[in-house]
Amino acid sequence: MDSQTTQLERFAYDNAIVRNFAYATALWGFVGMLVGLLIALQLVFPALNFGMAETTFGRLRPLHTNAVIFAFVGNGIFMGVYYSLQRLLKTRMYSDVLSKINFWGWQSIIVAAAITLPLGITSSHEYAELEWPIDIAIALVWVVFGINMFGTIFKRREEHLYVAIWFYIATWVTVTILHVFKNLAIPVSMWESYPAFAGVQDALVQWWYGHNAVAFFLTTPYLGLMYYFLPKAANRPVFSYRLSIIHFWALIFIYIWAGPHHLLYTSLPDWAQSLGMVFSLMLIAPSWGGMLNGLLTLRGAWDKVRTDPILKMMVVAVTAYGMSTFEGPMMSIKAYNAITHYTDITVGHVHIGALGWNGMLTFGVMYWLVPRLFNTKLYSVKLANAHFWLATSAILFYAIPLYWAGFTQSLMWKEFTPDGFLVYGNFLETVQQIIPMYLIRALGGAMFIGGLLLMVYNLIKTVAQGTLVPDEWVEAPARVKHLAGKGEHWHRWIENKPVTMLVGATIVIMIGGLAEILPMAIIDENIPKIASVQPYTPLELQGRDLYIREGCVGCHSQMIRPFRSETERYGAYSKSGEFIYDQPFLWGSKRTGPDLHRVGGKYPDSWHYNHMLDPVIMSPGSIMPPYPWLITNDLDTTSTAAKIRVLQKLGTPYPEGYDLEANEDLQRQADEVAKRLRADGIDGEGLERKEIVALIAYLQRLGTDIKVPEKQRAAK
Amino acid sequence: MKIILLLIVISLLVALGFLVAFLWAVRSGQYDDSCTPAIRMLFEDPQKQTKNNG
Repeated sequence: MDSQTTQLERFAYDNAIVRNFAYATALWGFVGMLVGLLIALQLVFPALNFGMAETTFGRLRPLHTNAVIFAFVGNGIFMGVYYSLQRLLKTRMYSDVLSKINFWGWQSIIVAAAITLPLGITSSHEYAELEWPIDIAIALVWVVFGINMFGTIFKRREEHLYVAIWFYIATWVTVTILHVFKNLAIPVSMWESYPAFAGVQDALVQWWYGHNAVAFFLTTPYLGLMYYFLPKAANRPVFSYRLSIIHFWALIFIYIWAGPHHLLYTSLPDWAQSLGMVFSLMLIAPSWGGMLNGLLTLRGAWDKVRTDPILKMMVVAVTAYGMSTFEGPMMSIKAYNAITHYTDITVGHVHIGALGWNGMLTFGVMYWLVPRLFNTKLYSVKLANAHFWLATSAILFYAIPLYWAGFTQSLMWKEFTPDGFLVYGNFLETVQQIIPMYLIRALGGAMFIGGLLLMVYNLIKTVAQGTLVPDEWVEAPARVKHLAGKGEHWHRWIENKPVTMLVGATIVIMIGGLAEILPMAIIDENIPKIASVQPYTPLELQGRDLYIREGCVGCHSQMIRPFRSETERYGAYSKSGEFIYDQPFLWGSKRTGPDLHRVGGKYPDSWHYNHMLDPVIMSPGSIMPPYPWLITNDLDTTSTAAKIRVLQKLGTPYPEGYDLEANEDLQRQADEVAKRLRADGIDGEGLERKEIVALIAYLQRLGTDIKVPEKQRAAK
Repeated sequence: MKIILLLIVISLLVALGFLVAFLWAVRSGQYDDSCTPAIRMLFEDPQKQTKNNG
């Protein structure tokens, strides 16, 4: 050993930034879960939609999912990474300024989301609802986080990169690529855009993104946290370091391919469905390897688990990870997916992951970390134990009723009489059957929030009795590099030069830009054609954008699977060629209400008018909220021309110069709808200029393009 | 369905990136020692609370 090893360098860990992220995690966790509780109660008591556009289920559901995923878990990731990265690498974060930009930038994005989503500004893609200006802001802040993280890695004092850091790196790289690709879109205006892809292709990109968002935002960073905080809390080395390395590489290699399991039995080509299914099944191996590695870390320390609420929470977290990663592959098997898809089983499944895995691990980490930041002990272990029991039973109260509800409803949808008719031909019957389950689920959610409040109180008391150590001064020897390689390894050169790394990153981003152009070039020949499928008329297009604004896709699918129980209920199964002008696709993933793909022509215009005014007029007992503002709001037609132009750019064959004539066609069709409404006794000042007319036009168009040949066939 | 070719290419590129990272990790000796890292991370650094001037 030379003198290098004995020279100690003095430096300070940045604890203040970790504290900021911890506070943000608790705050947004509370807000996100509270919105979740509200929308859970709305399903039982529709009056809780409050008759306002901004507080309806369709608009609040994306707010809940975004708040919990990107605000609660997102801040939890930053909290854990900023704490553990510094200590694992024995250095302060690369730049305090970047840390602050990361923190305030991320919080501003959350606030922007909390404002825009209730206003109905949404792309409608699940977990990517935010519109393009916010998407750009997310990309920028994420790059700042990346520079800060890689900068820290480059100036590290510890040569070895602990397994947790590998998980952080994979998270950053993959989320960057996913985010850029998913959000390729052409803006129509400041707060509206159309995605680059249509129909089945948009669906595939969406679930390639959606599944990997679960994988690389909710899973890999939290696995990194598990590999750091679980051994720390137990004061034991991880069960097998070798297994952790295998876990990491196997997981990230397989995860990327599993997306199509969200599209089983849809219009996606069969081979792509099977590919997704096979990779999803393979995922169980690395996932369970990781789970067992976490649990077995506690071998010989189970006596500590008995008394320590932190370890208890981590055990439940890792167990929930094991459960949801067992359930996921099972739900990717087509036979089982036929039952679970579109039901509350999916909702139960994701909450085992979100409440159990992400929630409990976050709580465990916070109980461990906050006292250390404030150089004190946890205020009350007893209260933390109470939190543990409340939260654990809350998860059961949440998930079991939803599994029950999902199976019940799915079997009711599929039940036939001996004569071959649907037993529950009225969809509403299957909804009312499960409302008591929804109530118990809401109770479970309320309990979970109660637990969170116990933690907040406990931590406030802890903070009050300690004093923050904003800069934790420590000493460590300078980095000793491996002498293993023969000569200078090319990578070492990059490692030592953050600027080189930046150039590399720019090149990568440029490749992303290239990839943006590539699909444009090939998009024309991408479209499988059915002769009778035509682009939407301007009025239908505006109606469709209202459908998107109100978040109808949150409760209504537009994808009839090829099962007799579905074709009997909804009509002919959906074909991929029917969706070529759907930008974005609106297949949905949950049927709280019935599928709408063939709703066109099923009811008269006046039925839709009354139904949107107040659903219980037409369907007594319905839990759908009323949409009276559609009847009073004037339709904004100023955007029509811009929308047509963007769609033309994306390949929709509107005639040249149609953008300028579109509003004439729009008004002509609106007058016709208004005339039919008036004939049915509905009148109102300027009816033909209201939003409701556009929505009705869209709904009446749905699925009708290929109905004509069917009628002709029947006539023969 | 050309989009799937695009997605496969992107996914392959990601996988390739991971492969390069893996090979680098192995060749640079990151995994030569699969025993002590798990133990070393448990040790807290000795704190030097008093001095703030670095």
